[in-house]
Amino acid sequence: MLIPKLAFKNLYGAGLRTWLNVIALSFSYVAIIFLQGLYTGMNDQMEASTIKAQYGGGQYWQKDYDPYDPITLDDAHAKVSDELQKLIDEKEAVPILIRQASIYPNGRIQNAVLKGITIDQNVLTIPTSKIISDGGYIPALIGTRMAKSSKLNIGDFVTVRWRDANGTFDANEIKIVEIMKTEVSEIDNGQLWIPIDRMREMTIMPNEATMVVLEKDSKVDKNISGWQYKDLNFLLEDLRALATTKSVGSSIFYLVLLLLAMLAIFDTQILSLFRRRKEMGTLMAMGMTRSKLIQLFTLEGAMHAVLAAVAAIIYGAPLVAYVAKVGYGLPEATDSMGFALGDRIYPIYTAGLIVGTIVLVFTVTTIVSYLPTRRISKLKPTDALRGKLT
Amino acid sequence: MNNSHLIKTEGLYKKYPMGPTTLVALDNVNLNFKKGEFAGLVGPSGSGKTTLLNILGSLDSPTEGSAEVLGEKVENLEHKEAAKLRNNHIGFIFQTFNLLPVYTVYENVEFPLLLQNISESERRLMVMDALEWVGLSDRADSRPTQLSGGQSQRVAIARAIVKKPALVLADEPTANLDAQNSHNIMETMVKLNKDLETTFIFATHDEKVMKYLRRKVYLDDGKIVKDEVIKHELSKE
Repeated sequence: MLIPKLAFKNLYGAGLRTWLNVIALSFSYVAIIFLQGLYTGMNDQMEASTIKAQYGGGQYWQKDYDPYDPITLDDAHAKVSDELQKLIDEKEAVPILIRQASIYPNGRIQNAVLKGITIDQNVLTIPTSKIISDGGYIPALIGTRMAKSSKLNIGDFVTVRWRDANGTFDANEIKIVEIMKTEVSEIDNGQLWIPIDRMREMTIMPNEATMVVLEKDSKVDKNISGWQYKDLNFLLEDLRALATTKSVGSSIFYLVLLLLAMLAIFDTQILSLFRRRKEMGTLMAMGMTRSKLIQLFTLEGAMHAVLAAVAAIIYGAPLVAYVAKVGYGLPEATDSMGFALGDRIYPIYTAGLIVGTIVLVFTVTTIVSYLPTRRISKLKPTDALRGKLT
Repeated sequence: MNNSHLIKTEGLYKKYPMGPTTLVALDNVNLNFKKGEFAGLVGPSGSGKTTLLNILGSLDSPTEGSAEVLGEKVENLEHKEAAKLRNNHIGFIFQTFNLLPVYTVYENVEFPLLLQNISESERRLMVMDALEWVGLSDRADSRPTQLSGGQSQRVAIARAIVKKPALVLADEPTANLDAQNSHNIMETMVKLNKDLETTFIFATHDEKVMKYLRRKVYLDDGKIVKDEVIKHELSKE
């Protein structure tokens, strides 16, 4: 216990120099934990929102459906199989019929995607119960992004043109009955949601669908003839890849923070070695071995990380706990980043993140503290006493 | 260990390469010191006093020859063995005191005992004894920065003798002190030499120190030019 006691005493005795390093290093702890917690929370929130509003518990795609190829949409429809219809009837799944369309808001032409959906469904968090008509018109639900880009408001009528099952163009007026605010831009941008029964009539596709979305936690996962099962891992692949790309950026940011803190520690160690040469010589004269001296100086550096962890807990813990509770407000522009995010992100600080960060910073600090002290292994006591560093 | 000869050097050389030439700091030094001596290595700057003192303290090793200190041949000692020898049997007093600034007087004196893993209660007794010997019991909690030069050197003496070493090596211990403080310091060391039978070897060219010495080994250009034993007691002037 001699070396830790001495290290602590020396650090305490070094006064302001120690505390400046400790504070700089504690910023690294707090920043890393804060940012990583924010990213974890953001990723969780993105996935949860997307699952609830778009993917459900997995999807069955009509065999020709390819979301990245709009040309295939004309052929991507088929009668819902008996097995899937049974799930739909039991409210464990919801069918969606998708067609390419054009709308003419305010005399302009704009590409759109018409999506028919069962209005009394509870599988997705889309407010489909509001797509009801009190007249002969076709009611439509759009998102805020679509409303903004098309300049449509509730109560507006807009002409929509589509092709039916035979490829014949048809057109009609639809009325915007609801504008939904959703975090998931993929169910919003350029999309009009209408009752699936009306859409099947409009397109002459009775009992047909492009995809069937299963309810969350559905146990159904087998392939059905003419329909391909897509599980959540497949559906979330792009989203997770996007999150990984974003987290690389954040990793670089906290790596820079860590490097700055390590630079401070490294400088302190170098400075210590030069300023305390005589002290090292005196300790050696009193019988301290070089290895003990290396241990002492390395531990002094590493103890910065311990003190920084304590400081980070004192001021960082209340801060992150507060942010985890009230969330972190996002600017409006975040919508354009392609993330399914709400107005606020609620960071998630796991024990693994906190312990992992402490272990990481402590390990890196110890290594950085050790590197300059290797010089001591070549130090002659007589040189040290004369103030020389060999 | 042969008690009659605490230190014995034979054909001792210390050479430093200086570019194409070699600087001979010690040139065929043959010396013996007995237990309880109060001796000095005397000579001008560059005569080899400190180099010899460092070798006797196992802080350095000779280039040629042999230096036997407390039964250990310094030239054969590994770094750890030399550290052990210093820790257990040798105390050092430096010209610039070399106190550890972040420690109190008590902690500075306690330090060599910490390296020996002595229990806290025993350490306390030993430290307080050592501080009493040097008359600084009341300054145990002071920091080195709060002490005068004389007081600082007395703390250094307490630190050197706290473990009751067989040998204390003092390199110009009074060089930074005024006449009164030098006198007090030397009186303290003479008393310790008598009471504890500790062997004291000084490296000095200070007249204030020399008058207390019972043996003077004169060095010049690394060679012993004179080895003088003073028969009478000078310390109680």
